Amino acid sequence: MTKLKQLRPQLLALAVVLVLIGLISPGFFSVTVQNGRLYGSLIDVGVRVAPVALLAIGMTLVIATKGIDLSVGAVMAITGAVAATLVADGHSVPVVLAVSLALGLVCGIWNGVLVAFLDIQPIIATLILMVAGRGIAQLITGGVILTFNDPAFSFIGSGAVLGIPMPILIWLAMGLAVGLLVRRSALGLLIEAVGINRRASMLVGVRARFLILATYAISGLCAAMAGMIVTADIHGADANNAGLWLELDAILAVVIGGTSLAGGRFSITASLIGALIIQALNTGILMSGWPPEFNLIVKAVVIVAILTLQSPAVADELSVLRGMLRRKGAKS
Amino acid sequence: MTHDALLSAQGIDKSFFGVKVLDGVDFSLRGGEIHALLGENGAGKSTLVKILTGAYRRDAGAMWLDGQEVEPRSVAEAQALGIGTVYQEVNLLDNLTVAENLYLGRQPRRMGMIDRRRMRGDAATLLARYGVGADPDETLAHYPVAVRQIIAIARAVDLSGKVLFLDEPTASLDAREVQALFTVLRQLRAQGLGIVIITHFLDQVYQIADRVTVLRNGRMVGSRAIAELPRRDLVAMMLGRELAEATAHRGSGATQPDTPAAFLFEGYGKRGSIAPFDLDIRPGEVVGIAGLLGSGRTETARLMFGIDRPDSGQAAVDGQPVTLHSPQDAIGHGFGMCPEERKTDGIVGDLSVRQNIVLALQASRGWARPIPRREADALAERYIKALDIRPPDPNRPIKFLSGGNQQKAILARWLATDPRLLILDEPTRGIDIGAHAEIINLIEKLREDGMALVVISSEIEELVAFSTRVIVLSDRHHVRELRGAEITAEAIVEAMAVPGDAA
Repeated sequence: MTKLKQLRPQLLALAVVLVLIGLISPGFFSVTVQNGRLYGSLIDVGVRVAPVALLAIGMTLVIATKGIDLSVGAVMAITGAVAATLVADGHSVPVVLAVSLALGLVCGIWNGVLVAFLDIQPIIATLILMVAGRGIAQLITGGVILTFNDPAFSFIGSGAVLGIPMPILIWLAMGLAVGLLVRRSALGLLIEAVGINRRASMLVGVRARFLILATYAISGLCAAMAGMIVTADIHGADANNAGLWLELDAILAVVIGGTSLAGGRFSITASLIGALIIQALNTGILMSGWPPEFNLIVKAVVIVAILTLQSPAVADELSVLRGMLRRKGAKS
Repeated sequence: MTHDALLSAQGIDKSFFGVKVLDGVDFSLRGGEIHALLGENGAGKSTLVKILTGAYRRDAGAMWLDGQEVEPRSVAEAQALGIGTVYQEVNLLDNLTVAENLYLGRQPRRMGMIDRRRMRGDAATLLARYGVGADPDETLAHYPVAVRQIIAIARAVDLSGKVLFLDEPTASLDAREVQALFTVLRQLRAQGLGIVIITHFLDQVYQIADRVTVLRNGRMVGSRAIAELPRRDLVAMMLGRELAEATAHRGSGATQPDTPAAFLFEGYGKRGSIAPFDLDIRPGEVVGIAGLLGSGRTETARLMFGIDRPDSGQAAVDGQPVTLHSPQDAIGHGFGMCPEERKTDGIVGDLSVRQNIVLALQASRGWARPIPRREADALAERYIKALDIRPPDPNRPIKFLSGGNQQKAILARWLATDPRLLILDEPTRGIDIGAHAEIINLIEKLREDGMALVVISSEIEELVAFSTRVIVLSDRHHVRELRGAEITAEAIVEAMAVPGDAA
C-alpha cells in the first residue's frame, strides 16, 4: 500500500534492532509450533506489542491533526475495568465487546469535543481524562484487582487462530481496517490538510472540527481494544496499572514512524513498525540477561540513535557528506 | 538641521539582502505634535520606525534628538534617550499584573527586595494621570485591548518621555475606544511630547494628526501639515500617481450584462468591520473592489464568503434568500474565494500540487466520496496545462512552487469546483510579471465564459482593465460605484479620497 521506499528508514531501523538482538541472544529467531500454536521470541514480540500498536494506530491520526491524546492509557484502564466487571457478572462476550468499544468511543468523543469544539489545547484536554480516567476505573473495580475466569473472553488475549495468537491478529486487522478507512476514503487527505494548515482547509470548506473529533473517536476505540486485550490476557482488571505510561510509548512509536508532532503527513504502517521496534527492544533487553536496571537506559540510547538519524538536520549533513564523498571519488 | 525639530533624521538608507527598502528618507518631528506616518504595504513605514527606535541599524544617514546627534543601538538605548515605542501587538505580558507590567525590569526595590507597596502606589498614580481606573493588582489579561494599549503607552512614556511611536494603535479598537485613546494622545501632545502614529485609517489621520509624512516604495514622498492637505491630494501622494496622466484605457471595454443579478447582498454589514452595503453580481461580469488598505476590502470578501457573520442585512442567490454563516454555506451556493494571504490561508504547503488542486472539490464531496486517483490526475493535468503551472509536476509539494504558480494552483482548486461566483482577494499581489499577466487573462476569460467574479486589488490600472463595474471603498464604507465609461483610474482615486461617512 504505502510505498516501501518511504518506509525504508523505519524498516532499516527495525532490521538493525532485530539483528543486534539476534547476535546477543541466538535463540531469538527460533519459532516452534506447540499444540497448533506458534511460539518463540519473535512471536512474543508480536503479541506483546498489541496494546502499543493499537494505541499507535489512533495516535497517528490524532497527531496528524496536530493534536495529541494523553488519555489512551487511562481509557484502557476504564474499558478493562468495565469489561472485567461485565465478564465477572456473566455477560456474554459480544455484549462485553460492544459495551467496552462503545465506552472507548464515548471517551474519544469527549476528548474530541473538548479539542475540536471548545478549542482547548489537546495536551490539556486529554490530560483531563488521563487523570480522571484512572480514578473512574478505580471506582468501577472498587479499588481492587478484579479477576474473572471466562475462557471465552480470555481467548482475545491468549487464544490463537490458525496458530497465530489473537493479539497479533487483532492489531493487524485494526491497522488494516483503519488504514483502508483513511486511505480508501478521503479522510486521510483531509486529516493531513487540517494538520498542515487548518485555516486554509476551513476556507476551502473542509469540516475541520468534525475530522478532528473523528480522530479522537478512533483513538478512543483503539484504546478500548487495547484495554480488552490486556484484561483478557491477565484474566483481570488492574485499574492502577493497566495501560500505565503506554500513551508515551504510543507517541514514541508514532514519532519513530516519522509522523511529525507538528501534524500533517502520516503513515499508520510506519507507526506500527515504530511500535515493533520499541517492543523488540523491550523483549531483546529482557532476553539478553543484562541486569534489568539497564533496560530503560538501553532503550533510551537506541531510540535517541534512531531519532537522531531521522532528524532533518542530520539528514542534511549526511547528504552534504555524501555529495563531498562522491565529488572526491570523481576527482581521484 | 531644522532648529524646531524634536527628532529628525536625514538620508536614511536601509537594505535587506541587497534590496533597498529605505532610500534617502528624511523625517522630522516637532515637540507637541502628532505626526502620522502613511504609506501602502511595503512602503517602508515599519522599517523607518524600527530604525528610529533602535530596533534596526541604518545603512546610511543620521538622526538628531533635541539637536544632538544620536545613535541608538537597541530599543533600550533609544528608550534611555527618550524615544519610546508601542507596537501593534501590544508588547506587554498578559499574565502579570498591571503594576508589574508598568514596572517590569525597573521595579522599585527596598533592601534588595521588590517594594510591592510602592510599585502599586506608583502605578495607581501613573494610571490616574491617564484617566484609567485599572486596578494595579489585577492581571493584565483582565482588561480589554484598549486599556492595555493605554497601559502600554503609559509605560512607554514613563520610560522615555520625549518621543512616542505608535504602530497601528487603533487596529483592534472600536470607535469609542479609539476616542478614549485619542484623548490620551491629545493630553500627551499638550505636555509637549512628539508622537508618531502609523495607521491605515485616513479618517483618524484627519481627526488627530497635525502633520503627515508619506512614504512610497522606500522613498519619502513628502511631509505636509494636515490642515493644508485635501484628502484627495493625500491619497494621490500615497498611491503615487500624477492624476492628470493616469488615464489607463479599458482593456476589454466589457459592460454590465443585462442578465438578472444572481447574487444579491442587501444592507449586508458587520459592526466594526464594514458598514452595511448593497451589492448585486451578475454572471459574466467582473466587479472590481478598490480601496486603500484598511478601507474594508478584505472585510467585504470575508463577509460575502461566510468567514465572518454579518450582523445586518440579507443575502440571496437566484432570488432565494440564503444564510452564509460559514465557508461551507458559501461553497454550497457555488462560491469560491482565493484569500489575500496565500501562504497562511491559501496553500496547504506539504501537500502536493495535485492534492491542493482537488482539495476544495474533495471537501465539497465529503470524506466518504473520495475523488478517484484517475480523476484527480486528470484534473491536475488539465489545470497544470490550462494555467501553465510550473514546474508541471503534480507530485511536488506546493510549498516548493513560486508565489505566482502557487496562486495559479489555488485558482485551479476553485475552478475544479466549477464555481458560479469567484471572489479573488489581491490575486496578483507578490507574483512575477509573467504570472501576473496570465492571471489577468484568466479573469477575462472566466468572465467571457459567464462566471461572476469579484476582484479586490490595490492595482488600479488592473481594475480599470478588467472590471465591468468598480466599487470603491473608503473608511469601511462602500462609497461609490463606477460603471462603464466612468471607470477611470482618476475617478477611482477620486472616490477613494471621499471620507466614508460622507457617502
